[in-house]
Amino acid sequence: MSKTQITAEPGIPQIIIARGFGAPRDLVYRAHVDPELLVQWLGPRDLTMTIDHYDARNGGIWRYRHQDAEGNQYGFHGVFHGDPSPNAIVQTFEFEGAPGHVCLQTVTFAEHGDATLMRTVMAFQSVEDRDAMVASDMERGTRDSGDRLDELLAKLAVG
Amino acid sequence: MVDDQLSLVFGALADPTRRAILTRLAEGEATVAELAAPFSMSQPAISRHLKVLEHAGLISRSRRATARLSHLEAEPLREVATWLARYQRFWDESHERLDDLLAALQASPDNSPGSGQAATQEGNDT
Repeated sequence: MSKTQITAEPGIPQIIIARGFGAPRDLVYRAHVDPELLVQWLGPRDLTMTIDHYDARNGGIWRYRHQDAEGNQYGFHGVFHGDPSPNAIVQTFEFEGAPGHVCLQTVTFAEHGDATLMRTVMAFQSVEDRDAMVASDMERGTRDSGDRLDELLAKLAVG
Repeated sequence: MVDDQLSLVFGALADPTRRAILTRLAEGEATVAELAAPFSMSQPAISRHLKVLEHAGLISRSRRATARLSHLEAEPLREVATWLARYQRFWDESHERLDDLLAALQASPDNSPGSGQAATQEGNDT
């Protein structure tokens, strides 16, 4: 129902991802904590997702892998902090290709009439970690050589 | 692009005056005086901003008679754009799939797997 907004401001080790969905809050929440649902949407279609663990409760661990067409695997794992609820899902997130670089991810769901606004805040240990994560993310980049400059500068605009 | 250079580019872009300078240079090369004109800022202050942009590889500079001309170097900006575009694509596509899934679940609620109770969810543990 709306385009995904990603904010990555210069100098701040954080990424904010916001998106509205035309579905009730509890359902959007469930799509995040039920592994049978999560596996159906997380990641682009050309990656195959495998969930090894997904224990969505306080202290529960999670691990999943994305595999591309060439067979390259990208593993991710972390721990849930506090029992997840539609108010917040708090978890650590670590890309296994860069061990020790851990990100804290908080997902919240706000009801707006028939729609739900999902907001994810990813807090990294440093700006360098943040930039490296985005740069390495799935390394299957589209080479948009088209002029995304205006769009980018608008995103980078502070305040 | 090495990460250090990416940091330099991001640092250079963090300032609104420098972004305005880049926007101006996208229309063509300019002298320091021309770049300073729209701002209530001295030419030495503009020169300091130009040094930061030059260090980040976002502009190059040349001389014409006594004037120093600045030119936009688009490539680092393109690489930064690619950097974010790749991440954007990951989430755009994920969220489109989530939209489809949510629509399907709402169309046939009985068909939806999972209990929805996070605290009792055992995941796919083997």
